[in-house]
Amino acid sequence: MAECGASGSGSSGDSLDKSITLPPDEIFRNLENAKRFAIDIGGSLTKLAYYSTVQHKVAKVRSFDHAGKDTERDHEPPYEISVQEEITARLHFIKFENTYIEACLDFIKDHLVNTETKVIQATGGGAYKFKDLIEEKLQLKVDKEDVMTCLIKGCNFVLKNIPHEAFVYQKDADPEFRFQTNHPHIFPYLLVNIGSGVSIVKVETEDRFEWVGGSSIGGGTFWGLGALLTKTKKFDELLHLASRGQHSNVDMLVRDVYGGAHQTLGLSGNLIASSFGKSATADQEFSKEDMAKSLLHMISNDIGQLACLHARLHSLDRVYFGGFFIRGHPVTMRTITYSINFFSKGEVQALFLRHEGYLGAIGAFLKGAEQDNPNQYSWGENYAGSSGLMSTSPELGPAQRARSGTFDLLEMDRLERPLVNLPLLLDPPSYVPDTVDLTDDALARKYWLTCFEEALDGVVKRAVASQPDSVDAAERAEKFRQKYWNKLQTLRQQPFAYGTLTVRSLLDTREHCLNEFNFPDPYSKVKQRENGVALRCFPGVVRSLDALGWEERQLALVKGLLAGNVFDWGARAVSDTGLILCPSLSFSERPWLVDSYSKWLQRLKGPPHKCALIFADNSGIDIILGVFPFVRELLLRGTEVILACNSGPALNDVTHSESLIVAERIAGMDPVVHSALREERLLLVQTGSSSPCLDLSRLDKGLAALVRERGADLVVIEGMGRAVHTNYHAALRCESLKLAVVKNAWLAERLGGRLFSVIFKYEVPAE
Amino acid sequence: MRRRGPFHPRVHWAAPPSLSFRLHRLLLLHTVNPPRIREPIGREAFGPPPASSDWLPTHWRNGRGGRPRARLCSGWTTVEEARRSPTLGGWLGRQRWLLRMGAGRLGAPMERHGRASATSASSAGEQAAGGPEGRRREPLRRRASSASVPSVGASAESARRDRLGSYSGPTAVTRQRVESLRKKRPLFPWFGLDIGGTLVKLVYFEPKDITAEEEEEEVESLKSIRKYLTSNVAYGSTGIRDVHLELKDLTLCGRKGNLHFIRFPTHDMPAFIQMGRDKNFSSLHTVFCATGGGAYKFEEDFLTIGDLQLCKLDELDCLIKGILYIDSVGFNGRSQCYYFENPADSEKCQKLPFDLKNPYPLLLVNIGSGVSILAVYSKDNYKRVTGTSLGGGTFFGLCCLLTGCTTFEEALEMASRGDSTKVDKLVRDIYGGDYERFGLPGWAVASSFGNMMSKEKREAVSKEDLARATLITITNNIGSIARMCALNENINQVVFVGNFLRINTIAMRLLAYALDYWSKGQLKALFSEHEGYFGAVGALLELLKIP
Repeated sequence: MAECGASGSGSSGDSLDKSITLPPDEIFRNLENAKRFAIDIGGSLTKLAYYSTVQHKVAKVRSFDHAGKDTERDHEPPYEISVQEEITARLHFIKFENTYIEACLDFIKDHLVNTETKVIQATGGGAYKFKDLIEEKLQLKVDKEDVMTCLIKGCNFVLKNIPHEAFVYQKDADPEFRFQTNHPHIFPYLLVNIGSGVSIVKVETEDRFEWVGGSSIGGGTFWGLGALLTKTKKFDELLHLASRGQHSNVDMLVRDVYGGAHQTLGLSGNLIASSFGKSATADQEFSKEDMAKSLLHMISNDIGQLACLHARLHSLDRVYFGGFFIRGHPVTMRTITYSINFFSKGEVQALFLRHEGYLGAIGAFLKGAEQDNPNQYSWGENYAGSSGLMSTSPELGPAQRARSGTFDLLEMDRLERPLVNLPLLLDPPSYVPDTVDLTDDALARKYWLTCFEEALDGVVKRAVASQPDSVDAAERAEKFRQKYWNKLQTLRQQPFAYGTLTVRSLLDTREHCLNEFNFPDPYSKVKQRENGVALRCFPGVVRSLDALGWEERQLALVKGLLAGNVFDWGARAVSDTGLILCPSLSFSERPWLVDSYSKWLQRLKGPPHKCALIFADNSGIDIILGVFPFVRELLLRGTEVILACNSGPALNDVTHSESLIVAERIAGMDPVVHSALREERLLLVQTGSSSPCLDLSRLDKGLAALVRERGADLVVIEGMGRAVHTNYHAALRCESLKLAVVKNAWLAERLGGRLFSVIFKYEVPAE
Repeated sequence: MRRRGPFHPRVHWAAPPSLSFRLHRLLLLHTVNPPRIREPIGREAFGPPPASSDWLPTHWRNGRGGRPRARLCSGWTTVEEARRSPTLGGWLGRQRWLLRMGAGRLGAPMERHGRASATSASSAGEQAAGGPEGRRREPLRRRASSASVPSVGASAESARRDRLGSYSGPTAVTRQRVESLRKKRPLFPWFGLDIGGTLVKLVYFEPKDITAEEEEEEVESLKSIRKYLTSNVAYGSTGIRDVHLELKDLTLCGRKGNLHFIRFPTHDMPAFIQMGRDKNFSSLHTVFCATGGGAYKFEEDFLTIGDLQLCKLDELDCLIKGILYIDSVGFNGRSQCYYFENPADSEKCQKLPFDLKNPYPLLLVNIGSGVSILAVYSKDNYKRVTGTSLGGGTFFGLCCLLTGCTTFEEALEMASRGDSTKVDKLVRDIYGGDYERFGLPGWAVASSFGNMMSKEKREAVSKEDLARATLITITNNIGSIARMCALNENINQVVFVGNFLRINTIAMRLLAYALDYWSKGQLKALFSEHEGYFGAVGALLELLKIP
């Protein structure tokens, strides 16, 4: 990874390396505001955690004082935008080799400006060894925390807060990792930590866990016994030896015992009857590689077997593996997975964690930060600041895999509001927001990565243009371009770096990178102008709609929703063609590509819905001339409406604060909306998200509460990002309407249509 | 009912007897003292080294270590050797020579004569004889009995069988049906064979109630087998009769006699088969009931080289039959089954008889080269729960690699003198004492071989320490898996058998202690005197159709 500097600047010898120069721009970011440290020192890697604050520029919208409404002129914007500084909390995690520990501590000492911290939480086997060094360098008191407690706290934290944290490892598959969607109920589970020995812990709740067993045959056995047998001193070298060996030269296999007859008996001849059994009966030399491989199989099989026996005893089917024996090594993940599948006959799943190496540090940090209640918040992985999972697969070449000399980073943003499932999801555990898994679909991956690469110039231009008064905008935009370009290249090589690769994650990564370089809302001006234009059109549109007959009006409303949705600065096809200012656009006649309009119309003839939850998409024409007339019709029918908009900016999507102003302005023109707002039959809420897509499993807690309280029985999801890239297959417990215009020729073709094909998907759950 | 788990099939393992004697060319009936096990009990698995290793009743130690063994080694003079053809001729020559020397016609079967690989290759190429696809799903037991029919049914030989009056051949069916039970017995000799991954176990029933008339009728080859097997305690350079296990005055199928227990390494199997051919064993029309993986591996060789049709039997059926039978007949008036009281205390530890009067349910842990774990609910109802490849073969194999030892006895002897705590990382090495958060005692091993990650510590350990650590590692692991299986199956008595436990008090005491400690006294570890021979006994019982 490009952001993992320091390569070439230090050799990884056995002694502490003081001569390295750290790339301060890349690691230990925001150190000057850091408070609260935790450190986890393992056998070879140190993990440092700190809590810091990040200052960001944010675009705020503010309504003008409309005392003199009549002075308003055509070119005047509907509201003003101001850029303000905002402070958000962020967790930083850095992983580096123990050889750098002294250099890192020096760096921290020099850059730590205004901390009131007096204590550093420490865990891991090395915490004791480096205690004096830490206390001397940092002038912080070392507070030792229990290793397993930290590990479990960390595990709970990542499982709850990082989507696609857990994955199964698939041998010879492309990709080798298959990520699990976040399970809303993570407990109970079995955690098998393979350090020098093996600990098997049953985790029942946040604070309740029990050591249920263990084994002395673990990573230390592989390392120690391996060193004795092969004279190879380093763990990684042993694994490398093992990956080249043939265990059948050392192990006594079933076919060695049964001869050829195993076939007639239905036995697999390749199963190991006795590990190292051949070294007992054959007078011959064994190669280091073969012995290392045999040892690896012996240990992995044994651990897998014990894990399965414990899983069975406690009736658990999810087993997470961690510890330095795993540490992302494909060879150990492969043998462990094989063993678990074999012994459990597929009933138990061996799961690994993307941030397995950080669990101890995260846990230690959480232990020390309990008064900040980190568990009350939701946290999100910041794609811009995190290195992502690196493949250790040998095919990717040593340069890609080299871990020595690299600093691995994880940054997590504290989200303003806690996130929860949408209560209307039919089956939360099986909900997958994304429609296409780009890790899986190589063709789609290639297309979208190229698409995002090609769009990068435009995004950079717009970012610069959004801050005409800033002197360094061009420079920052260039940095943004470099960062996002590098991310895209990483994802080309390692699509699994941040979990399942999706159009959503590509979009989110771009937003994170833009924020990183203080381009909080590049579209704010565009949105402001378009909102102004659209607001002026609103009375006319409503008038012409009201003039229509009921049936005609329903179709016109739906067409309006769809037409408004065409004006999307995020879509290449649209930005290339330019803004088409024609509300009565006849983009395509029915039947549409997906068309259940007749069913919807039939439904409208029936009783009104109790409450509709609408996820809005774009600013301007979309929200004002598409969504609001539709909302107005629903209100007139007697349906309450919850209008959910993004908490933070993403492309030209309407934000919650913009929606408040827009609603206020419309209320000024339209008595229906006015009274609905006053009587709280129309509620404007935020989604908790800043993504152009929509993850219904991570929504604002307030929104979820409101949905429950009002008994929402209709969900309307609008736009390509929310209804096609995501949620196209989402199953809800109530009626749902997913509508979008496919503004991407490639995607349209994939769906069997053409550019500007219409999706109108009305679904009623089965009884 | 029983599930046929695919892993770790019915591999019975035992340590190969001494390979270190290079005397087979020169010696005949040479009596040697094998290296005495100076400390047969060894240092304790727990606590400080014992003041005295003499904590077991003497009678129990008898016959385990230090017993003088008479060895019969085949050999030939240089001239004869030069004359002998690579395979068959050499054997025939040797047998002639042995005859002259009065060694009995059976000669020396256990001579290490080439490796198993040469012959097994031929059998590996084809399916086992009579092995159509449909047979796969048929229970082994039935398969086995049906396979035994042709081997005794060759009518060309029936006349002589009638004359011997000990088998109901087809031509004599009518007459023999009305005759006594005696007539339905199979022909002598009575063998049961268990061919494991490392060791072949052979049980032989020696009839002691032979009448003068019978003796007269006994064909010469049969007599020579009897004399040869019973008058020697070692055969060739590697075959050994465990005299101390001999069961005396046993009544089997109405015949009284002694049951002998013999073992030799599996790699000497080709020599054994060759001997069978040379001795025209097939003319005796005995049925060779065999179990273990080798029954399949060597079936073809038995047929093509020895003209012997093996009656292949299911390993686990035989094992369970054997255990139940042997336990029922006891051990020459003593108890077959035993346990340890205070296994961790070198002073108070006692080996005590255990009456297995309520055997079910029972967890049976058979530790051979690998380990099979069975849950036994009744005589006919059992299942294979799981198995592990970390067994006796792993212990001995790793010991060979780590210490350069060459025999199981040597490995155990080294282990008895070593200190595993120098090799293993204990809980107290990490936490300074007990790890109270998880209730782990400081003496528990946290990481087997964990200290060997450090170069300094690698240089500070002895081979004895490494042998000890290997033994502790493998044993603890078996104990741990057995305990988990017992919990999952809800069984509280666990019987450990298999040749890994032969002369292996350290392992037995450790198993007894570990099971008791980690189950908080809920589980009991039981052992059995005839450790590794149950499969072979089961095969013999199958021959005699003893239920």
